Amino acid sequence: MRTTIKSDKIPIKFENDIGLIRKYTREYSIEANFSLLDQTKIITAASELARNTFQYAKNGIATIELLKDEDKTGVSLFFKDEGPGIKDVNLAMQEGYSSISHLGSLGLGLPGAKRLVNEFYILSESGKGTEIKIIRWK
Amino acid sequence: METVPIIKIDEFLIVPVQIELNDEIMRNLQEKLVKLIKSLTPKGVLIDLSAVTMIDSFMARTIGNLASLSKLFDAKTVVVGIQPEIAITLVEMGVTLKNVTTALNVEKGMEMLRTNKNYENNNKIR
Repeated sequence: MRTTIKSDKIPIKFENDIGLIRKYTREYSIEANFSLLDQTKIITAASELARNTFQYAKNGIATIELLKDEDKTGVSLFFKDEGPGIKDVNLAMQEGYSSISHLGSLGLGLPGAKRLVNEFYILSESGKGTEIKIIRWK
Repeated sequence: METVPIIKIDEFLIVPVQIELNDEIMRNLQEKLVKLIKSLTPKGVLIDLSAVTMIDSFMARTIGNLASLSKLFDAKTVVVGIQPEIAITLVEMGVTLKNVTTALNVEKGMEMLRTNKNYENNNKIR
């Protein structure tokens, strides 16, 4: 049974919040005893998603949790925003998809981030916002 | 705000990245580096990432942009010191460093820039 040992909420409002989320992710993954490689993977995935939220939604919140499931320890991050949402999630999850915005052609990096974690969930609707959850287990 | 130093050695610029790269620092580095490349016209630029603990796709793209920009000013760019965990993570994400030549360490990177040896081959493999 999955339990949350500790958790923190980090608002994503300013550019510095991306670095703050990385910091929390590093602390949590060290506490979960992740190898350096696994730490790097989840921190990089967190950075990608945090940056997406900041760039596209301009306002959002990240919830980080230290999880325990039987003898497994894990770190999860939940990103929620009320931004524009993704029109076609299936398309966004395909390789090579990039959205064109006023910032130029920028990939959402979702397929890449998904490969770095064990569990990846996404819920998004155009005009309603986006929710993404990632979990990496030791 | 912390900044990344840019050191001139002969006709080369060395950029030892010793601090955590956030978006603002990367933008300032890009701006500063381009100005210096334009005014000093170095033969090459060596970016040392051995103290960097995480590179995401935005950072990789910015580093790639630096290399492309240097190329416009006729300077070669070599990136050295990418930690194994970061390299594995980048490959797994599918992020490539376009136009970026890499070397194992500062010595090999400088040799590449000075002699042009392996530089062209390295670029062709990409």
